[in-house]
This record gives sequence, structure tokens and C-alpha cells, in this order.
Amino acid sequence: MSDWKFMLRQLAKNPLSLAGLIILFIFVILAIFAPLIAPAPEGHTDPYRIPRDGYSAEPQPPDEEHIFGTTEGQYDIFYGVIWGTRSAFNVGLVVIGSVLVIGIVLGSLAGYFGGAIDEVIMRITDIFLAFPALILAMAIVAALGPSLRSVMIALITVSWPSYARLIRGDILQVREEDYIEASRGVGASNFRVIMRHALPNAIYPTLVMASLDIGAVVLAAAALSFLGLGPPEGYADWGQLTSFARTWIVGPSQAPLKYWYAVTIPGLFILFFVLGWNLLGDAFRDILDPRLARR
Amino acid sequence: MENLITIRDLTVRFYTYEGVVHAIDDLDLDIRQGETLGIVGETGSGKTMTALAILRLIPYPGKIESGSIAFFDRDLNGEIDLLKLSEEKMRAIRGNKISMVFQEPGAALNPVYTIGDQISEVLLLHQRSELGHRAKERVENLLNNGGGRSASVKRPFWRWQRRLYEKVAQDSQPIEPRLVGRLPLFRRLLWRLRNEAELLTVDMLKDVEIPDAARVAVHHPHELSGGMKQRAVIAMALACSPELLIADEPTTSLDVTIQAQMLELFRRIKVEKGASVLFITHNLGVASEVCDRVAVMYAGRLCEVASVEEIFANPLHPYTKALLDAVPMPGKELQTIPGTLADPLEPPPGCRFHPRCPSAVPMCQQERAKLREVSKDHLVACDLH
Repeated sequence: MSDWKFMLRQLAKNPLSLAGLIILFIFVILAIFAPLIAPAPEGHTDPYRIPRDGYSAEPQPPDEEHIFGTTEGQYDIFYGVIWGTRSAFNVGLVVIGSVLVIGIVLGSLAGYFGGAIDEVIMRITDIFLAFPALILAMAIVAALGPSLRSVMIALITVSWPSYARLIRGDILQVREEDYIEASRGVGASNFRVIMRHALPNAIYPTLVMASLDIGAVVLAAAALSFLGLGPPEGYADWGQLTSFARTWIVGPSQAPLKYWYAVTIPGLFILFFVLGWNLLGDAFRDILDPRLARR
Repeated sequence: MENLITIRDLTVRFYTYEGVVHAIDDLDLDIRQGETLGIVGETGSGKTMTALAILRLIPYPGKIESGSIAFFDRDLNGEIDLLKLSEEKMRAIRGNKISMVFQEPGAALNPVYTIGDQISEVLLLHQRSELGHRAKERVENLLNNGGGRSASVKRPFWRWQRRLYEKVAQDSQPIEPRLVGRLPLFRRLLWRLRNEAELLTVDMLKDVEIPDAARVAVHHPHELSGGMKQRAVIAMALACSPELLIADEPTTSLDVTIQAQMLELFRRIKVEKGASVLFITHNLGVASEVCDRVAVMYAGRLCEVASVEEIFANPLHPYTKALLDAVPMPGKELQTIPGTLADPLEPPPGCRFHPRCPSAVPMCQQERAKLREVSKDHLVACDLH
């Protein structure tokens, strides 16, 4: 319990991390209560499909019916950004979660056992890291067919190697500590030594990186959607909303900001989401490391 | 009486990039039941490697090349060769029958767990049946003495728990507790084992003279002083009442007053628990305080083994003599040993000490002296005797 109190106090002490926490809290509320905030219209089967109001290409400005306006193809921006929050959490958490599992398993095997296992795993990560990440991700999505699932698989594939490396490096360092030898000295098995003694001392830098990366992953997913390699047309996803607005960024010469809402609103959602995770990631660094003196 | 540990022809080598390091060379050493044997030697003489070899924890790229380490197991009433055991059986011995106290108490404790957690872990690893037995008795007590208003509701649950812990106590590990112990959520049903372990932990901390043990048990290592940490490490090593306690320079990193307390503690442990202690030190003064017998090592080989009184009154090996002369004493000029420690990559042929030995004769360069008994219980590896 005192741990929780300590964490909260640490959070409250730093106004920026508190801001990050509040931003993310708002997004969590939006995601959870999406069906209440932006109810799907009657007869709408898949709530993740943005309802459209006609087929005209030109975005319509905000009015009473569409409070954030509509984008190309008359998709409702308000509905899209609210349900898109769910997609963003979905992509960010699933990708980072899987990447953590893969990275922790492979990284700790490589770091703890060393030798041939280390060599094999690290050379595989080298191969993956040799490709430019976004281009490899695009190739994978293109090969699997554009969908949210392909985007997630692609992002997992390109981002696990750096996690495996980070974990390996920290395990390598912790492995030499006396308490690891001491724990083997009391008869703990290798599995137990890794899980109970090595990982808890090595994982903090990785958790900090993970919380920072959730934002980056959502940004990458949005980039893929923007390039047309995302979920199918009409799926509630911030990247796709910006993609719809691609041709409407600058309006006609007499009113260049005519369609500002089409690109600005989904852009702001992406911006605040990423900003929230980044601010929180810094806070994690202060909180999670037990080696920092608790004063 | 049988020896607790009988080491014969133990050879440990490290295959490094620069070449083969002869860490331990043909070592013969006995540890008797209930004695404190000190290993004395300079840094790099192979003291710690001898200890790690007994636990079979020689770090990579080291290897135990040959030899045997016979361990007299009180439960089996027979000897087993530690070097031939499977890794799994060896794990059951480490921390249970042979345990080790490391040099740096701060580094030997995991910073993320409390002292109590770490000692409980040792108990949970090795003393499950004992803990199961205690837990069963506690549940039985609950069954017999009611236990509040909701007792009638909880009674069937307690009965099931009694059966479960009884099975844990039987050691044969039937399917039910093993299954419960493995499944992530159901594992909690065995919480009484941890509870019992925590209760025992507090007793153990009291045993090593930690004041306010219950409070210290919930502290993290960085919140304790060096002396306290070393006491906690000793408590951890003693948790399963080992037959052999290996102490690797346990007092080196502590200041002198704490050192004296630790030596007192080791003396008491030996008397009360009847455990043998292998006490590694480079400090002859410390060795004279706690040890019954002393073995002097130089560059991976034994020079001399004798009782403490004998070694100090009648040292025979030139290296032992030189070491004793190098102990600072008031009113005496300090003698240093000329030269440096033998190069472990290319040790000198013959007796390894001969380049630094004041009484070396030409024969020393060719022939290695065997360890011989020159008088009762006094073994020397020097051709001059």
C-alpha cells in the first residue's frame, strides 16, 4: 500500500507527468464510454464503421448534427475520433504487450545463457534491424492485406528486436551481480533465477521505453493508415481520418483554411495521445526504479 | 568420525582467451564434522574457487577438470560425490545442506525484495514439507478451536486445506498440491506455506541477533547497515540448517567492531547448530579467532594444513612462515614477501612458491612436493620437511 502512495506522491510532484496522466485518463474515459458519447445510429451493425451522411467528396464544416464536421466521403469526424480512441489503445497496447513478451523471453534467454543462444538470437535481431522499420512494416502489411490486424503484426515484427536487445543488455549486466550467484547458491533453478532475480532488476528501462513507445506505435499505425495501408475504408481510426483529409489540407486560394477541421481534429487527437504517453513515460522512470532512493 | 567433505585431486581450469588458467591444481582437502576449517591465502590463490567448486558454481569459462568431492550426507548416512550429481539433485543440496555466505553482504541481497522475502524463498525452496506440516497444524488448530462466527461456513474449506497441507508435508508430492502450486490463481491457496515461512524467517533473524526482527524482515536491503545485511545473509544461509556453511571472507567489507561481532556469531553458530564451517579469509588474525584448523593455499595449491595452534606455533612451509611474518604487530618490523603472486597462466614449474622462497633449493624448480603428514594432523607440501 505504501508503494502505491509513493507512486501517487511521485506523480503528483511532477506537474508534467500529472498532465500526462490526466490526458491519458481522458482518453481512457473516451474509449470506455464511446458507445454513450458517440452512439451508433439505428441499424448500424459494426460500431467501428464510421457512419456516413452521403457520398459527396467535399468535407462539410461542423454543424449541430456533426459537431466536428464531416470529412471526405461525408464520414462523421466526431464519431471517428471517439471510436478511433479505442483503435488507438487497441493497437498501442496489443503491439507493446506482444513486443514486451517476445522481447523479454528472447532477450533474457540470450542475456542469461549467452554463448550460442545469444549469438543466434542477436543475429536474428540484427537482420530485422537492418531494414528501415516503416518500409518493412509497409511490406508486411501489403503482403498480408491491409487491415488493423496486419498493421499490428507488422508493427510487432519491426519493434521486437530493439526490446530483445535492451533486455539482453540489462540482463547481461545483472547476471554478474552477486545476488544472482547467491540465488543459485541457495538452489534456485535457472528459470527461477531469471524470473525472480534477474528480470525484476533488469526490466525497468524496458518498461520506461515501452510506455514511451505506445505513443510511437500509435503514430506509426497512423502513418501506415495515412499511406493507405491500414484498416478498410470507413474504419474508425485516426490515421485514416487524416488520410481522408489528405487532399483538403489546403483549401481553395481565397480561403486556404476552409477545411481546417478535417485534418486538425484527428491530428490533435493523435498529438495529445502521443504526448500523454511520452509525459507518462518520463514519470515511470522516476517511479518504477526501486534503486532510486525513496525520500 | 567420517569427514563431512573429502576433496581429492580437484583440478579447476579456466579456458580464457589468453590461455589456460590453473585456478586449482590437484587439491586434497578434508573438512571434518563440526569443525571450522579456515582457508588462508593471497588474492587469486584459489580460495573462493575451492568454495565454488564444492557448490559446483564455478563460473564460465571455468571447468572442474577432474577429482572428486565426497559429501557425507547425514540423511543417507553415506557419502555422495557432488561432482557426479545431476544438476537437479545439486540444486536440492545448495542452500539446503551446503550454503554460502558471500563476501559483500550488500551485493549478495537482491535489491528489489525485502529481507523477509529472500529468506522465505530459501525455506519455500527446500523446506516445503516442514512448512506444510506446520501449516497443517495451524489449520487443525482452527478446526478444533472454532474460529469466529463464520466458522461453520469455513469448516469444509479448512478440512480441504488440512488434507492439502498434509499432502505437502508428505514430501512425496502427489498430484493435488503440485497442481495447486503450479496454477497461477490457485497457487494462492497455498498461502499458509508462505505465512509459515515468514514466521520462521523472523525467528531466524532473531537467531543472528538482529534486534526488532519483525520490523527488519519487511525492510529492503538498502535500508539496513552493512553489519545488519551480513547478519541477514548469514540467517539466509542458516535457514535450512545446513551441514556445511561456506563463508567467503564474510568480514572483509565490515569495519572492525562489526567484524568482532561476526566472528563471535560464527563461533556461536558452530556450537549451537553443529554445522561445519569453511571459513575463507586472507586475514590470519581472523583465522586464528574462529578456526579449528587452517589450510594455507598458494597459487591454486595447498601448502600446509594444520590445527590453528600448530600453524601459529610451528609453521613449516616457507610460505606460511612468510605470511606470519607479514602480520603487522607492534614492536616488530613488518616483513613483506618478495616478488609477486605466481602468474596463473604460466605458473613456475616445480613448487610454485620457489621463485619467492628464501630457502629454495635447485630441486624445488623441478619437482612438486606432495602434501605429506609430517606429524599428527600436520600436512606440509615442501621437500624441506
